[in-house]
Amino acid sequence: MIPTHFYLALSAILFSIGALGVLVRRNALVVFMSIELMLNAANLTMVAFARQYGLQSGQIFVFFVMAVAAAEVAVGLALIVTIYRSRQTIDIDDMNRLKG
Amino acid sequence: MTQLDFLVILPVTFLALWASLLLLADVLFLKGQKAILALLAAVGLAVTLGLTLTQSGAHSASAFGGMVVLDGFSNFLAALFSLIGLLGVAVAYGYNRRMGIERGEYYALILFSVSGMMLMAQATDLLMVFLALELLSIPLYVLAAFAYPRASSEEAGLKYFLLGAFATGFVVYGIALTFGATGVTSIPAIAAAVQAGTADTFLLLAGAALILAGFGFKVATVPFHMWTPDVYQGAPTSVTAFMAAGAKAAGFAALLRVFAVAFPSLAADVAPVLWALSALSMLAGNVAAIAQTDVKRMLAYSSIAQAGYILMAFVPFANEAIRPSSVAAALFYLVAYTFTSFGAWGVIMSLEKDSGESAAIADFAGLGKHNPALAVAMTVFMLSLTGLPPTLGLVGKMYLFRVVVEGGFYWLAVIGVVTSLISAFYYLRVVQTMWMKDGKPQVAKEDWLNFAIAFSALATVVLSFVPASLFDWASQAVFFTAR
Repeated sequence: MIPTHFYLALSAILFSIGALGVLVRRNALVVFMSIELMLNAANLTMVAFARQYGLQSGQIFVFFVMAVAAAEVAVGLALIVTIYRSRQTIDIDDMNRLKG
Repeated sequence: MTQLDFLVILPVTFLALWASLLLLADVLFLKGQKAILALLAAVGLAVTLGLTLTQSGAHSASAFGGMVVLDGFSNFLAALFSLIGLLGVAVAYGYNRRMGIERGEYYALILFSVSGMMLMAQATDLLMVFLALELLSIPLYVLAAFAYPRASSEEAGLKYFLLGAFATGFVVYGIALTFGATGVTSIPAIAAAVQAGTADTFLLLAGAALILAGFGFKVATVPFHMWTPDVYQGAPTSVTAFMAAGAKAAGFAALLRVFAVAFPSLAADVAPVLWALSALSMLAGNVAAIAQTDVKRMLAYSSIAQAGYILMAFVPFANEAIRPSSVAAALFYLVAYTFTSFGAWGVIMSLEKDSGESAAIADFAGLGKHNPALAVAMTVFMLSLTGLPPTLGLVGKMYLFRVVVEGGFYWLAVIGVVTSLISAFYYLRVVQTMWMKDGKPQVAKEDWLNFAIAFSALATVVLSFVPASLFDWASQAVFFTAR
């Protein structure tokens, strides 16, 4: 059996990659994918702990996170498509009409 | 699962069902008839408020295996959230029509968001906290972009969505680590595990820090505030008013519940962090607000500063004796902030041009001469935000400063007073522009908007003369006796 802390290290790395992706990538879609990576890293942590403790509650939590993430995807993609229609770009550096 | 379980979440259930029905009803009414939907939404919220008030009392009931609870705290906040929803519908009705964004789903989204806020106040399991957070946030992402294809609104929606989802990632990871540290997600069970010393301290601290960062985004404290000015400025002002009051109050509700119940033993470690967040928010928010010429941006920075003031109440958590009064002070200030900010945003809405371009401070010139009633109301709101008499803002700040001083954090109180003085500069500049400069302000005549402004102004002034009754209600709302 693979020890739990291997999973924890992997999910910490995935979470960091995701967070870094949000901060450095400029394409709204890629930023969004990075956020999904963060959520899935958290899911992996949850499942790893649930296995270690032999608890189902952690696995159930992951189902809720996945369902909510799907709802978020629906809203997020709708927003990105709307913006692409009016600007022909989804580069977040071009989102600079509001500043001060 | 018993009948009692459903009674505990009766107001939330009713509101969510009503919102779903409202989405269906939207199909039945054609473009010119959307006023009926506003009325229906208001009725739904009024019934929810009524149901909430019938539940008030000194009892507390836990339901669904400890997932949700009904206690004074949740009851107080549920009443506040229904009120925020009602005000949100009232200010949106005429404004959305004027801006050409009168669409039926607006009201359903407001109702869904309010039900998320109410669930947030009731949640006693981190799973429910997460679900409630998403239920309140996802409709707000849509609402921020509601004025599409206006570029600024789309941009506000995307920025709010990306940063909100980013913050959610932190919250979920924080919950996962907390689960790893304790093996449970129920907030009282976490507290018990921490008490028994079976929890892994490192994982618990990391989890608490991530949850704090995630909610820091939601309530807009420095250094998690970057989205606030852009989103508040770009979103339709009716949405901004709702979001500024509602999302902030809900975020603080969750923070109070999670940090006061689950992590009190961490309070000594977390207090310096909260101290810094609070002080930075007050300083950065107030200083940045001075430089603004756009009123919406100015109020956005002001809301960051206000989050800092509310956060002051969290700092003395390590002190058992002060905890109840600090929770009461935070709740009291949330009420004060709700009325004041709703009113101020309402005045901005009535001055906003039809193009959707937000008003500059200079546009307020001459308001005192042309529309004295509106100018008086705006003066009240500005005084309240500064913390000057005779307003609720002053009383709220008094309570906040008192708990901080009792907790021994004198420097934080000093920073609070000094930043309040700094804030007087930009708040009173609006007052001065209204009364002492000449101009021809364009004021929209909308009955419900004016009603909401008048109601907020009256509440701000009248309640400040009888603060004791409201504070007593807030004190009864303290939930620590429940466990």
